[in-house]
Amino acid sequence: MGSGSGEKFHALKGVSIEIPDGCIFGVIGRSGAGKSTLVRTINLLERPTSGRVLIDGVDMTTLPAAELREARKGIGMIFQSFNLLSSRTVAGNVAFPLQLAGWSRSAVGDRVRELLELVELTEKRNDYPAQLSGGQKQRVGIARAIAAGPKILLCDEATSALDPQTTRSILELLQEINLKFGLTIVLITHEMSVIREICREVVVLDGGCVVERGTAFEVFTRPGAPVTRELVSGFMAKDLPPQFADMQFFPKPASEDIAAGLNIVLRISFLGDTAASPVISGMIRKCGVDANILYGTIDHIQGVPYGMLVVELSGESSERSAALNYLRNFNLELEVIGYVRRNASVAV
Amino acid sequence: MSGAMQALLFEAFCDTVFMIVVAGFLAVLFGVPLGVVLTLTARGGLKQNLYFNRFLGVIVNATRSTPFIILMVAIIPLTRFLVGTSIGTTAAIVPLFLAALPFMGRVVEGALREVDGGVIEASQSMGATPFQIVFRVLLPEALPGLVGGATLMLISLVGYSAMAGALGGGGLGDVAIRYGHQRFRPDVMAATVVILIVLVQGVQSAGDLVVRLIRKRRGIK
Ligand SMILES: Nc1ncnc2c1ncn2[C@@H]1O[C@H](COP(=O)(O)OP(=O)(O)OP(=O)(O)O)[C@@H](O)[C@H]1O
Ligand SMILES: [Mg+2]
Repeated sequence: MGSGSGEKFHALKGVSIEIPDGCIFGVIGRSGAGKSTLVRTINLLERPTSGRVLIDGVDMTTLPAAELREARKGIGMIFQSFNLLSSRTVAGNVAFPLQLAGWSRSAVGDRVRELLELVELTEKRNDYPAQLSGGQKQRVGIARAIAAGPKILLCDEATSALDPQTTRSILELLQEINLKFGLTIVLITHEMSVIREICREVVVLDGGCVVERGTAFEVFTRPGAPVTRELVSGFMAKDLPPQFADMQFFPKPASEDIAAGLNIVLRISFLGDTAASPVISGMIRKCGVDANILYGTIDHIQGVPYGMLVVELSGESSERSAALNYLRNFNLELEVIGYVRRNASVAV
Repeated sequence: MSGAMQALLFEAFCDTVFMIVVAGFLAVLFGVPLGVVLTLTARGGLKQNLYFNRFLGVIVNATRSTPFIILMVAIIPLTRFLVGTSIGTTAAIVPLFLAALPFMGRVVEGALREVDGGVIEASQSMGATPFQIVFRVLLPEALPGLVGGATLMLISLVGYSAMAGALGGGGLGDVAIRYGHQRFRPDVMAATVVILIVLVQGVQSAGDLVVRLIRKRRGIK
């Protein structure tokens, strides 16, 4: 896929992405990274100055106008601002793409009924968009986008205007559609929670370039690019909770003597199914150190557990080195946050 | 006021309404396509064509900035060609229509520009043709604005029609000049003024009502 519009400014540069069939594919990045431009090149609302957009082997950029319109009927799109027709009822909006596709009146009626049932808006069928809540409007948007049976659904910040509960219900609906109809969903968002909830694969855009790609789990747990770290860090609460603000951390002590009087504070991240507690108890037993768990969280990304513990280690320095070496044998991420005075740690 | 004078005023009122209705109808009939073309060919439009847009814009502006009295006199040959005479109610319809057309065109253009670009984009993403976008999206979405614009156009036609009457076009303007002014009949003058005011108010209220009904139906406050 190539670049965006304009002679000098390229909104996208050298972006090459392959989106597997039937996948929920996430696109994240900071504002202005080119996310919208990227999905808009898929249905050619934005025509790339160079490059190709292949859908089932057909290069969209080479299609003449009439064929492009036909191809677009196979790609649904939903928008942050919903973009419903204020002149049509809920049913009229859902019927719109079907009428464009030349369906018969009775076929349109049947299909609209079926779709409104799917998005749970049957009672609202004769209401106008102005009479609906944001979540209901987006449900209409989704019903309209999938009405003509597209293979691909593009979502540009589809939940950004909605509150968390509504977002969740919309995401569930998208997931249901993905499973039921095998629809490929390309989902732009700046909300990491959305990605975590439903995306299988993710690309991270920055300055019009792909800086990272992988499964959602990989991107969350092992962010490589600085942008990704930034996007992920706030979300995964990798920083210490506020209770630790009062704690006085010392840098790595210059001498063993000083170090002996201090305890180490460690952050241990558990990925996947590495169980946390047996590792800690094993360490205490084998290395003779004392471990005080200061803080712990467990999160799920795509159903895979992801945990973090903040542990204060005390003991002789040889014992502590042994403990650290012991921990390195496991599939863990270790980070020494700092050193604290013995018995200085706050009770959390 | 004598019964004969009342009958004369009533007839003049009917003439005025006739002129406005016919000229207004024609102005809507041709003004909507004109506004659509102005919108589509403008920068960023679905059928952007800046040269044509500028060409059309110059003609529209020229017609709009010509004072009605002058326009009416200037097109007398055209009026004669079309109607066979330049005097009378039917003949007045030609300049009235020509004055209302560019006005309506601009008003339609303004109403269509108010349509949310996102809605047009959504329609494009569904594979709508430009024709479908115009008739199924732009015009229905802009309907309240179009009705409001048509109301404005009709009101300006009331003013023009009175002027046309003074120049041999018939109707209330004609009565006001010939009886109210030339024969010193202040009662007749006052009556024509009152009737014109009521007419304008009536058109405005009817237009507002229709706009309100459409918006209410669509659940827009
Ligand atoms: N038509 C255009 N002409 C010039 N620059 C554009 C155009 N459209 C977008 N851009 C620029 O391209 C860049 C990417 O824009 P884009 O809308 O894709 O960002 P985004 O990642 O979707 O941001 P956001 O999260 O704020 O929606 C931005 O710097 C923007 O200013
Ligand atoms: Mg965007």
